[in-house]
Amino acid sequence: MTAAPDITDRTTTGPAAAGAGPAVRAAVAAVVDPEIRVVTIADLGILRDVTTDPATGRVTVTITPTYTGCPAMDVIRADIRRALTAAGHPEAEVRTVFAPPWSTDWITAEGRAKLAAAGIAPPGPVRTAGPVAVPLAVRCPRCGAPDTEQISRFGSTACKALWRCRSCREPFDHVKAL
Amino acid sequence: MKPTVDHVLAIADDALITAQRLGEWYAAAPEMEEDVALANIALDQLGAARLLLTYAGELEGAGRDEDALAFLRDDREFRNCLLVELPDADFAVTIVKLLFLSAWQLPLYAALAEGDDERLAAIGAKARKESAYHLDHSSQWTIRLGDGTEESHRRVQAAVDELWPYAHELFAADPAAPVDPAGLRDAWLSTVEGVLAEATLRRPADGWGPAGGRTGVHTEHLSYLLAEMQVLHRAHPGATW
Repeated sequence: MTAAPDITDRTTTGPAAAGAGPAVRAAVAAVVDPEIRVVTIADLGILRDVTTDPATGRVTVTITPTYTGCPAMDVIRADIRRALTAAGHPEAEVRTVFAPPWSTDWITAEGRAKLAAAGIAPPGPVRTAGPVAVPLAVRCPRCGAPDTEQISRFGSTACKALWRCRSCREPFDHVKAL
Repeated sequence: MKPTVDHVLAIADDALITAQRLGEWYAAAPEMEEDVALANIALDQLGAARLLLTYAGELEGAGRDEDALAFLRDDREFRNCLLVELPDADFAVTIVKLLFLSAWQLPLYAALAEGDDERLAAIGAKARKESAYHLDHSSQWTIRLGDGTEESHRRVQAAVDELWPYAHELFAADPAAPVDPAGLRDAWLSTVEGVLAEATLRRPADGWGPAGGRTGVHTEHLSYLLAEMQVLHRAHPGATW
């Protein structure tokens, strides 16, 4: 498992930032993923950092995409700006970084629970060896049965695959381990 | 040492033209799941292309962004290999093209991820994970078609025979590149030969290899592809939605 990203507010000094840190961070962390609306960008590990310049009070948010071509990134950037404007920081900067690359191991325990509750099977741990995937057992998020099968390796968004439960026959989305 | 603009454009254009070709399958693939799969792979390729084109524009220093490079260059300025621009006349051709390309992109991105250039290392580390899925998907289809019916075997073997010569261009030596493509051939052969064997397909003999893409000398197919890809941006400069 890769270490989860640090999303703590690094502001420690400076009058401009005093008291604003946790509120700003909370406002950004509450931004909902536009494609999977049951989880926030913090739950998914997309949110990497929120800093406040102690001198100017200017907020900088750092995010990373799940997939390079994720079409939701523009909406996420706009939603972060909207949240920060509402929190009193209209001049905030949103940076996008690609290294280290996002991993499904960064999805928080709370995020996994929210996904499962919404009928989306959360990812297993990331495989480390070999270019060819070994299918792992995926539990049905509806009935909990382990007897499931993959219908398509690619699903409704870049980060999901389409599966079906052989027990209750329900099709469901599964977030692919990456 | 910074990579050359031409080198970054080469790997960017491979991804961009692949994305455009794969997009042609949307709503026309053999099954609905494959529509979704090929569109997802196209999106990954487009994502990598955008990052690489942006970087190429910065290295060039002439103020061209990803859109200017994608939509306002003519065919002679594109640096993609010929393999990716060939028309996808048959689903088997699409699959074999993707197999050949992803078996090359995966070790390339992996090597870039370990390299000295920070930007290429970040892009490589990101793209290699997606590339592994592309290789897996094209491998599974190659095996299914090759070891399938007489007709599917015949058509995928024809695709392998037709495309094999074009794969040579991927390994043209470029000692100035951060990762010399010539050094990727062993890894590529080992992957592709393994898949072909499992698919009961014959590995063609090495011989003639058409080239020219890396220096801007393309087949006529690229011009038609670019006409379709660029028409909107050229007709309505700066259009967004």
